[in-house]
Amino acid sequence: MDTENKLLKKASLQKLIEKLNADGKKILAPVIKGKRVEFGLITSSDQMADDYIVTNQSVKSVAFPKFEKLFSYEVTKEGITQADTGYSTFPEFVILGARPCDANALGSIGAIFNWDYHDKLYFDRLEKTTMISTSCSKCDDYCFCTSAGGHPGSTKGSDIQLTRLETGDYFAEILTEKGKKLTSVSPDLFETAPSVDKSKYLAEVPVKFKVDEAVAKVKTVFENELWLDQSLRCIGCGACAFVCPTCACFDIQDETKGKNGIRLRCWDSCGLSLFTLHTSGHNPREVQSQRWRQRIMHKFAYMPERQNVTGCVGCGRCSRACPVDMNIMEHLINIVEVK
Amino acid sequence: MLEIKQKARELLESGKAQVVIGYGKGPNNTTRAIFVRKPEDADKLVLDDTCVQNLALYIYKHEVRHFGKEAVVATLPVLRSLLQLASENQVKDNEIIAIAITPDNKVVELDSFAAIEEHVRLFNTGLTEDEKDLLKKINAMGLEERWAFWNKEFSKCIKCYACRQSCPMCYCPRCAAEVNQPQWIPVAAHQHGNIEWHIMRAMHLAGRCINCGDCARACPVDIPLNLLTYNLIEELNNEFKYTAGLSASQTYVLSTWKLEDKETFIR
Repeated sequence: MDTENKLLKKASLQKLIEKLNADGKKILAPVIKGKRVEFGLITSSDQMADDYIVTNQSVKSVAFPKFEKLFSYEVTKEGITQADTGYSTFPEFVILGARPCDANALGSIGAIFNWDYHDKLYFDRLEKTTMISTSCSKCDDYCFCTSAGGHPGSTKGSDIQLTRLETGDYFAEILTEKGKKLTSVSPDLFETAPSVDKSKYLAEVPVKFKVDEAVAKVKTVFENELWLDQSLRCIGCGACAFVCPTCACFDIQDETKGKNGIRLRCWDSCGLSLFTLHTSGHNPREVQSQRWRQRIMHKFAYMPERQNVTGCVGCGRCSRACPVDMNIMEHLINIVEVK
Repeated sequence: MLEIKQKARELLESGKAQVVIGYGKGPNNTTRAIFVRKPEDADKLVLDDTCVQNLALYIYKHEVRHFGKEAVVATLPVLRSLLQLASENQVKDNEIIAIAITPDNKVVELDSFAAIEEHVRLFNTGLTEDEKDLLKKINAMGLEERWAFWNKEFSKCIKCYACRQSCPMCYCPRCAAEVNQPQWIPVAAHQHGNIEWHIMRAMHLAGRCINCGDCARACPVDIPLNLLTYNLIEELNNEFKYTAGLSASQTYVLSTWKLEDKETFIR
């Protein structure tokens, strides 16, 4: 559909939240939790964090939670009975205040979950989620969306995007049918928009490299020793992957009790040494430099090749979360600069 | 700081060490571990209050060990880690050179466990007053309140294992959390899996943790994991007069038996 531009007054946002809650929707928005800003359920606009770059963890868990039940089973005399996870029980979520990078990233995960298999769990959850993003008026030294194919006002993956004006009111772009449907709970809250130059309200995120250049270069440096140099300090935890909005790797686990059991999928990371360990004891990615290379190659070589998307949106979360200061932007610049 | 650079350069030039593990600066003025292999790169080393990461875990990292003889810029937690690792047969005497700072700010080269032990004795190795206060606060909670506190904290856990990976004492090639026959600890980051993981890890660190605080600093969701280890440190100190990481030859307190032990069940 064609984008419809509206004005959502500051006071109307609160009314919208109330209407959506009354309509049975759960609203996830950035809230302050100690020193961090994380997505949490809200019932009022006062609960929303005001001053933040991005949340510490991404929004991906709304459709790809840290663990989820695939099905349950029971062993009986007659055989094995199986019950699915109950797709119809997934709640309807409205995400309010995700950044454009986050909204964009759900599409990258979707490309993986729709590659050789359509992952019903992911897409059913996503189907019940409406994405209201807020454009970025500021960035920090870790942000590099403009080098990863995005920008602070990108509407890709959003159903509605809000841009805060000087008045505290919001310029609202209604981008999809789903977004339009959401506004229908209270259409009068969305007023006629004044003429707005959105770019005036956006952060200037410096371009550090061109994404195509990174994609082209990364394929040529597989045997380069830069992987070792970059990853000497990497301690091999999964913090980067788990805060990443596009990392989609998982591990399948069964939990049994007597004759009953559940099968779960849990987040996993290529940075963990066990990830590629074979039952024979052989590990094709024996050392951390190989695992670090895999992380970058997957995002900038394999995903563009297979899914036609990059596996990085430039949110910088991995670098902020890394306990040993692995900085993905710096390392990508190094890669692009290889002669 | 200049002396650290000089010492590192000297070690690399003379061939006494092939790599100096130390602290350097990242692009956002962050402090990070660096691995200096050429004398001319010794100038990149820094040492200030931001140098808090425990570098001891790099000494046994495969790719770092591969460079040859290692020297490490050693703050007190690094030195204590080396001694603890030595007592657990993870590092041999004279294998690592520690570049340490005396209480009066002089750079010294410590190349034996005996020298490190002597150096460590110059410092206070007990909990700080701030640490004791935190511990008091949590122990003042009733049992239910404390259980609720930890349940809330552990519910944040995403099982990224940054706590384990940042810890020099967590050197097992296959962690108990990764053993699946039998499965000791549920893998999923649900409440049961998270509680078992953190309690198991804390128990495995009882009498071994040297209180560097890296587990808590590494945690991307700010679980105050060091509160667990403070308690263990205090308990062992009170019950056994034992402090980890003070000597390369001390035997592990929880697996040694002495005639004068107050428990009678074993006699």
